[in-house]
Amino acid sequence: MRTFLRVLLALAIVAVIGLLLFIFIPPQTTEPHEDLAAGWQPEEGAGEYVMRLADCAACHTAEDGVQFAGGRPINSPLGVIYSANITPDDETGIGDYSLDEFRAALYDGVREDGAHLYPAMPYDNYRFLTEEDVRALYLYFTTEVEPVSNPVPEPELGFPFDQRWALRAWKWVGLPEAERDVGGPGRYDDEQLNRGAYIVEGPGHCSACHSPRTQTFTQAGFTAEDPEFLTGGEIDGWTAPGLRGPDSPPQTWSGEELARVLGTGRNAHASVVGEMALVVEDSLQYLTAEDMQAVVAYLRHIGTDGPAPEDDADVPDEAEQVRAVDELVENATAAMLSTADPDMPLGARLYLDNCSACHMVDGRGADEVFPELDGSFLVTAAEPTGLIHMILEGDELPSTEERPMRLRMPGFGWRLSDAEVAELASFVRNAWSNDAGSVTAGMVADLREEHEGDQAAVE
Amino acid sequence: MARTDPRKDVVIVGLGWTGSIMGMELCEEGLEVLALERGPDRDTVPDFQYPQVADELRYGIRFEFMQRPRNTTLTVRHTTDDVALPFRRWGSFLPGDGVGGAGIHWNGVHWRPLVEELRLRSYVEETFGADIIPEDMQLQDWGVTYEEMEPYFERFEQVAGISGQAGNLNGEIQEGGNPFEGPRANPFPLPPLPTTLSNEMFADAARSMGYHPFVRAGGNASKAYTNPYGMQLGPCNFCGFCERYGCLNYSKSSPQTCVLDALKRRPNFQYRTNAEVMRVELAEDGQTATGVTWFDEEAQEEVFQPADIVILAAYQLHNVHLMLLSGIGQPYDPATGEGVTGRNYSYQMMGGTSMHFEDINFNPFVGAGANGVAIDDFAISQIDFAAEGFIGGSYIGNGQTNGQPIRSMSLPSGSASWGAEWKRDIARWYGHSMGVSSHGSNMSYRDTYLDLDPTYTDRHGRPLLRMTFDWKPNEIAMTQFMRRQIEPIVEAMNPTHWSSAYKEEGARYDTTSYQTTHNVGGAVMGNDPATSAVNRYLQSWDVHNVFVMGAGAFPQNLQYNPTGMVGGLTYWSAEAIRRDYLQNPGPLV
Repeated sequence: MRTFLRVLLALAIVAVIGLLLFIFIPPQTTEPHEDLAAGWQPEEGAGEYVMRLADCAACHTAEDGVQFAGGRPINSPLGVIYSANITPDDETGIGDYSLDEFRAALYDGVREDGAHLYPAMPYDNYRFLTEEDVRALYLYFTTEVEPVSNPVPEPELGFPFDQRWALRAWKWVGLPEAERDVGGPGRYDDEQLNRGAYIVEGPGHCSACHSPRTQTFTQAGFTAEDPEFLTGGEIDGWTAPGLRGPDSPPQTWSGEELARVLGTGRNAHASVVGEMALVVEDSLQYLTAEDMQAVVAYLRHIGTDGPAPEDDADVPDEAEQVRAVDELVENATAAMLSTADPDMPLGARLYLDNCSACHMVDGRGADEVFPELDGSFLVTAAEPTGLIHMILEGDELPSTEERPMRLRMPGFGWRLSDAEVAELASFVRNAWSNDAGSVTAGMVADLREEHEGDQAAVE
Repeated sequence: MARTDPRKDVVIVGLGWTGSIMGMELCEEGLEVLALERGPDRDTVPDFQYPQVADELRYGIRFEFMQRPRNTTLTVRHTTDDVALPFRRWGSFLPGDGVGGAGIHWNGVHWRPLVEELRLRSYVEETFGADIIPEDMQLQDWGVTYEEMEPYFERFEQVAGISGQAGNLNGEIQEGGNPFEGPRANPFPLPPLPTTLSNEMFADAARSMGYHPFVRAGGNASKAYTNPYGMQLGPCNFCGFCERYGCLNYSKSSPQTCVLDALKRRPNFQYRTNAEVMRVELAEDGQTATGVTWFDEEAQEEVFQPADIVILAAYQLHNVHLMLLSGIGQPYDPATGEGVTGRNYSYQMMGGTSMHFEDINFNPFVGAGANGVAIDDFAISQIDFAAEGFIGGSYIGNGQTNGQPIRSMSLPSGSASWGAEWKRDIARWYGHSMGVSSHGSNMSYRDTYLDLDPTYTDRHGRPLLRMTFDWKPNEIAMTQFMRRQIEPIVEAMNPTHWSSAYKEEGARYDTTSYQTTHNVGGAVMGNDPATSAVNRYLQSWDVHNVFVMGAGAFPQNLQYNPTGMVGGLTYWSAEAIRRDYLQNPGPLV
């Protein structure tokens, strides 16, 4: 008995020491992926371009705030996290970061003081950045960006998620091997595909939203070799569509249309929603034509059923075939709506009263202005949260040089009850060729409440 | 104590169509541009949002998008012998307010002027002789020709995304278009809008009488469209809420849908709202402007904004008002006929016949502001002025713009006007009416003009603008001529009832009922500084760094809706500034 107690005591001591070591031993940081000469200098503008690729501006700039001065609230499933000030301000920014410390933040999610960064910062993807890009980015943020003094609030997380040291355990599970070869020589026998893979898997951190999360909130895949990579996720109540399935946009749209939605936020079929608007506005619109082509080629290449078919050169660009306002596509739903029969189901009537002016009775909308609802991934997503969110709140398109217009859909939440939103959402999820589960008033009520909660948290 | 703000290269007064286009064009030159808009900011959503904007009481009756007369108004009188009184409730015309200006609430009807109209005095003298011109009619050429303007008309049509069918492509008459229009280099950017039953009935009747009906052009998009600035229009759904409303569907051409989001991206562009310009400040020698003084509502103080170029891009009435308040150009005096600022104010002569058909329901709520079929067989270029005894012309047509429940309740004449019988008649006739109307020219006269009111002042203590205007026998004769053409067409359509409303001899200008917001003149363009306030590039003759946009430049009114000419002139002037003025600031003529 005494022996048993001793063993127990010893084990407890070992556990406490282990815990203390776990908490206090400085984390190991990842070495540079390659050795660059100390005096290596990026080409002019290269750092800013990597910043665009990595979309640093979107998260690290608060609404109406100074660019990169941080403070943007990021709604995580666990609470609100505020993005860091990444201007070179010594006190509140990253002015005193060395290159190694900067790299450690990008690769390992470790702050200058050794604290762990929450994975709202996608260091799980940034750890694939080449050393040249890390250096260019470092020089950009330390020499080209103006310092701004802007202290950022602490995260608003409950116990135990407010314990940063615990992230060490998460990283053991959640971080991919940094050495994994990202698009580097060898993955594809094609430079364009390798470049596309690098942008998408690395700086572009597309997987942060477009891959499902595991039960421990890690990305379910990091490269195209992982079967669940980019097969769809959710971000802040919006559906981030899968990008690899046979019905996914890269597999069903022409390369040109895919490039158009990435570069301008809109194309003949759809428009970006939610957080993707920021990605277009702050990042994708700045991609060079070559890089955009590389991203498109890569996304079309990695379909779960194999690469998308080549674009048919004989089919004219969809932008050339814009239909006139009275050229409707005939189908059963359009015919039913066109009768304007007062006895039609409530969902259909609500559609006529609220939606058809823009999206049309045939659900085809208008090229680059009003998105298609027939076949829309937002409408038919397994989880209808994005659709409900859209009906309740509306949304706004990003402004780009090529398509500057901030087209907005107004919200209808002030006008429609939970039951009406549910009827309407269920209608569009099953209208035309759509075939998706219906929506209940309870789901709408929950989202409405959640949204109001988010608003309150941010305010 | 007035504040002075940092200098700008260009200050633009007013952020509607002409101000936003000028902003865009001058920002291209790298100039620092500031626009000052006296009204509030407005955007598509939420300001034009569905369904709130489709509210006839709020916008159609109570004029939510128009200026508030208590803030900004003018006085009006018929003759120089009368005492002018202030408008306290808008009626005859509706000046817009806020970002987008009247470009928010127009119907979208688009025309180019006729070749003959831009050199009307020369055309009349050459064709009929100078002696047919009435003594008090101050008929003038514009100083620009249709041929010179053609590329600039096209530019505006592309930016505004005009739907229409060309009638004359490089001299070749096109099936389905207006055969009497001036030659176009290229087709419209969008095909014509679909037509309604009423359109077709008018077209059939007109065709049967040997006329040449065509679908009229307009800034209501017939397809999704992207303009040269990358701005976008959605297809018009014929919701019937155009005029007096902002478009809820991104379909109506407006500064918001065609220019502003592109302009707001320019780092060298800035704008302020609730910033009313008090006056243009002139240098001591009066040859140049030094900037403008505006009133900062928030700070409740006057602000001097120094600038190298001043663009007056407010509504026609306000541009003239500012010129008079600032001493730009000699004020016009009808007694002597001398002076230019305020000279040749004019308006639009309209007439119409309404019809009721017992057995036909037109579904009038299916409407669009620019919808319509017209004929131009009685255009200015098609009438023998010497034989008919007037100078002018009209387009004639049917448009189905709306079926709104307050103002679009047409009843046959003689119907009850209130009570149970009125309700019965409304139930019987709603949707059963259509009209044919004439939209005609109005010449300018020695005693139709704008000046400063001697009695009334605005809230800043500035004298109000005074309008002196009445109908003249020439226009009455013109509209009566149109009546004689329209009534046979109407009879050919065989309605159950019909009734006409055309101004008759002795008719006086009625300020209380809506006619058009096509106020023109007062800052007239031309080649003679004795009869025009601005030169052919819209540059003030006297103050060379002041350019005056808009319909104030019209020496007399076109027979058409003015926006096509206003848009074309803006690009024409912008190019002169970009090409010549910036290199060598000074008089361009």
